[in-house]
Amino acid sequence: MAAISPKMAEEVSQTAVPTPKSITLVISKFNPNHESSYKFVEFKVPVQKWTTVLDAILYVKQHLDTSIAVRYSCRQASCGSCGMKINGKPSLACYTKISELNSDIVTVEPMSNFPIIRDLAVDFTSLFSNHKKLKPYIIREDSEIVGDAKEFLQTPKDVEEYLQFSYCIKCGLCNSACPTMATDSSFLGPQALTQAYRYVADNRDKGKKERLKMVDESHGIWRCHFAGSCSKVCPKGVDPAMGIQLLRGYLLGFRK
Amino acid sequence: MERQSNREGVKGMLNPTRYGIERVAYWLQRLTGLGLLFYLIGHVIETSAIVNGKVAWDNMLALTQTTEGHIILILVIGMSAYHTVNGIRVMLGHGGIGVGKPGMPDYPYKAASLNYKQRASIWISIALAIIAMLYGAGVLFGD
Repeated sequence: MAAISPKMAEEVSQTAVPTPKSITLVISKFNPNHESSYKFVEFKVPVQKWTTVLDAILYVKQHLDTSIAVRYSCRQASCGSCGMKINGKPSLACYTKISELNSDIVTVEPMSNFPIIRDLAVDFTSLFSNHKKLKPYIIREDSEIVGDAKEFLQTPKDVEEYLQFSYCIKCGLCNSACPTMATDSSFLGPQALTQAYRYVADNRDKGKKERLKMVDESHGIWRCHFAGSCSKVCPKGVDPAMGIQLLRGYLLGFRK
Repeated sequence: MERQSNREGVKGMLNPTRYGIERVAYWLQRLTGLGLLFYLIGHVIETSAIVNGKVAWDNMLALTQTTEGHIILILVIGMSAYHTVNGIRVMLGHGGIGVGKPGMPDYPYKAASLNYKQRASIWISIALAIIAMLYGAGVLFGD
């Protein structure tokens, strides 16, 4: 192995660890139990090229203000816990690098259209209840785990019909960006409607009629106006706008 | 405990700046829809003036021949053109036509439903509305 001179080692070391720059992280703080409105608090945070918004928030929590309320878990865009508005747009904090934002001021707020628990943590009760309402599981009378039934085989083409919609991590970003959710508290929302399509498109499922009946109501699928904002913010490529339009295709007779 | 809903409300619904051209198209569709509704109400009032006799009818017609009347009519032409063409795009999309096919999503996860055909249709709707307005202005303000 070639030897490295002390000078070279110093140069490599300098290249590998650039001096961190600082940004201003503005965090929306609000405790509905004690306060009547939110306030923005500014913090100076050192960042590297790879620092994510979640890293910056956790730096603040560790060194500057331990009271910041933020929900997070996997730090790799798999759990859907750290959704928030970053510079006004719903995004996952763990999946958004500060260097990508091209701004020295980064503002984080709780996601819109969800009740605030505290600071950046929002209440997902309505998201989960709408998701459950549309029966997010295979409906059929027989089963592959009882009797002498065989497994339900699917071709790769069958799987492709619903696979991307099964990647939903229930982060709520789509519901936060949706213009209908902004005004209609009874709307099922893009997340739930897309999951309805995910099961309707699955050829193992026999609950199509049941689910189509559930979405065919005044605060259901007809309140989607194809603004596409849900698909714009989805961090997993689920494309809720496509799922909802394809689901509506069944109701309008374009699909069988 | 009843938590503050934190809904964006009408202000958030109508903010066209954050989610690209598709959200602008949605905003314009709503705005032109409302504009055409107001025009329809105004048009019913205008034409109902005929029941009050020839003088009342002539006075009402004279209002549409003013500069302000012409500007309103030019806006109506633009709103009709945009609302119709973009409306056809949205209606086809609602049936699942032109929104792409489901497939394996690849990073950076560009949504297939927000494809170039959709974007091109939106720009065509805007361009046709502008052309129709220019033509209307030529007819109304021309010799």
